[in-house]
Amino acid sequence: MSGRSWQPTTEHFLALFEPRGVVVAGASTHPGKFGFVALHNILVAGYGGAVFPTNRDGGEILGVPALTDIADVPDGAADLVFVCTPASTNPDLLRAAAAKGIRAAFIASAGYGEAGEEGRRAQDDLVALAADLDMLVVGPNGQGVISTPASLCAQIVAPYPPRGRIGIVSQSGNFVSSFQNYAIASGVGISRAVSAGNAAQVGVVDFLEFFADDPETDVALAYVEGVVDGRSFYERLRAVCERIPVVLVKGGATAGGARAAASHTGSLATDDRVFDGMCRQAGAVRATTIEEAYEAAATFATQPLPAGPDVLIVSTAGGWGVVTADAISRTAPLRLLPMPEDLRAELDTKLPPRWSRNNPIDMAGGETKDTIPDVLATAARHPDVDAVVFLGMGIQGNTAKMEREGRFYPDHGLERIVAFHERQEARYTGAAAELVTELGKPVLTATELAVASPDNAAVRGVRESGRYCYPSSNRAVTALGHLVRYSGWRQRRGLGL
Amino acid sequence: MASGGGRTLSEHASKQLLAGHGVPMPDDRAVGSVDEAVEAAEAIGYPVVCKLGGDAIAHKTERGLVRLGLVDAGAVRHAAAELLAAARPDDGAVHLLVARQVRGSRELIAGLSHDAQFGMTVMIGVGGILAEAVADVAIRLVPIDRVDAAEMLDDLATQALLGPFRGEPPVDREALIDLLVGLSRAAEADPSIASVDINPLIVVEGRPVAVDALVEVRA
Repeated sequence: MSGRSWQPTTEHFLALFEPRGVVVAGASTHPGKFGFVALHNILVAGYGGAVFPTNRDGGEILGVPALTDIADVPDGAADLVFVCTPASTNPDLLRAAAAKGIRAAFIASAGYGEAGEEGRRAQDDLVALAADLDMLVVGPNGQGVISTPASLCAQIVAPYPPRGRIGIVSQSGNFVSSFQNYAIASGVGISRAVSAGNAAQVGVVDFLEFFADDPETDVALAYVEGVVDGRSFYERLRAVCERIPVVLVKGGATAGGARAAASHTGSLATDDRVFDGMCRQAGAVRATTIEEAYEAAATFATQPLPAGPDVLIVSTAGGWGVVTADAISRTAPLRLLPMPEDLRAELDTKLPPRWSRNNPIDMAGGETKDTIPDVLATAARHPDVDAVVFLGMGIQGNTAKMEREGRFYPDHGLERIVAFHERQEARYTGAAAELVTELGKPVLTATELAVASPDNAAVRGVRESGRYCYPSSNRAVTALGHLVRYSGWRQRRGLGL
Repeated sequence: MASGGGRTLSEHASKQLLAGHGVPMPDDRAVGSVDEAVEAAEAIGYPVVCKLGGDAIAHKTERGLVRLGLVDAGAVRHAAAELLAAARPDDGAVHLLVARQVRGSRELIAGLSHDAQFGMTVMIGVGGILAEAVADVAIRLVPIDRVDAAEMLDDLATQALLGPFRGEPPVDREALIDLLVGLSRAAEADPSIASVDINPLIVVEGRPVAVDALVEVRA
């Protein structure tokens, strides 16, 4: 990264994420080319602004007339140019784009810093030119940009995720796709996502700073392999973490991974213990895996911050509560809340004598049709409880599914009981969602049915409430650990929840 | 921990520098002769440890230049004479370091070091002969405040080591926090410090004491 004399402004980022119109430079009629795929994806995702494909030949691509010269774009009609043209032609292209009022360019073209000495020179020239033109340049060698509030899918890869509150920036384009896949699978969506490519002009922390300002984004999620100026990265990261949670996953944390990162993004090896301490100090949540990172971000996006570390487990039955108690006990700084006496006494009046009388609350299958929501609400409302992990959802929905799909349905009373089971699941998960809103405490629902049977009524209920359905209680506990750690970091510094 | 480009201070000079930043040290004296060593030991109180020190001497243990558990004047006299005789010409100016021998079953390490990407860092970790294999350390970027230092202690995996241990009281967390913040301030106040290696930092009746310390200064 050469020089920080030029600084992007919010206007530059809005030109990227909320453009009035988009020029696709190097648009192609060949469906195998990036210049086709980018245009295709912009059109099918439902972008509402004007789209201007440009190429040497003109004609029509996907029903849109192509311009042979960017000069033919009406002045002020576009804010963003998505660049798929060869590196050597890009300086002239950017000058012409700037003359049309375009303030942001996403450069998908390769042949820059990743391509030897000549490429590095071309990249430095590009950065200098962009500064002269007062233009935000993202990439080069990136996969694209997503902005769901604008229905913008300007990327050379799939998919297009649902709208949500997570802002993503990645030093690896394919991880943007991975996060988008998790968004589709979980229903917890994304506000903006950008592949930083070679990060010639702007890098991860520039986007994090924009996300902190962005009214569409509540939590930032970043994949990094290396940082250029560590001290400045730390200070800027810390300022962002004071405003919104930041989830980081770092590639190259081990010696083997660091060698791979050196050949992937050219990142220098970092002492991982230093990087880890830097994250702790800055308040950034560090996840070990891409999956854990998405789940942490999805939890920040859909649950309130817990005020403290005391977790209560509410389970309908079985060993789920036991293994979850183990997971909580192993996950600093979480604590398994000792069962408060007054809560035990109150639950004694609601549950049969064989209930666990402890945390985990195991209702031991003795419930009436109102027991589960009643016990969950009573437990969650107790003032000593900071967060709840809710287990055993979907059993009735699973029975209902088998009965509905079996050959005896709808006779023998099956139609009625299936409808009852599914209604009950919707009640339980609805109750959990209402308690989150009422109490401002996280209630995390975990069941492997999230993966095994996503059409289960309980899983659907969790997702329709806009929340993440955790595929295992261990994963819910890991995510909750990140929330409690961040909450503690804020409170110890007087930042409030 | 010496990483080139700088020079190391003697243990005595290292400790004097760090004591000025609030790092707790055992009572010790640097002296030039056998008689003075005995005198120092009598003043400090037995048992004492006697070491051969000097700016050019960094690996005392490996060279057998540390004598532990000296319980009376005769033992000190004998050890001091042997140590002076073990000095080599390339050690330059040497002295005898006589210190109270402290006892504690818990050893920690602490220090400062420079990271190529993030600059000066401060560290606390589990010490002892297995320290490298255990690799239980917490690191932060200088400067840190008391909140950061307390979080460093929370980050150590071996929390049991900080509680009551083998009949000894729990580690005085405030004293450890003082030490870490003191190291961070030392790095800020004195840019000539290239690294600090306090090893071992022995927990004596719950209080951390820097039994050995090595400061590297920039050339």
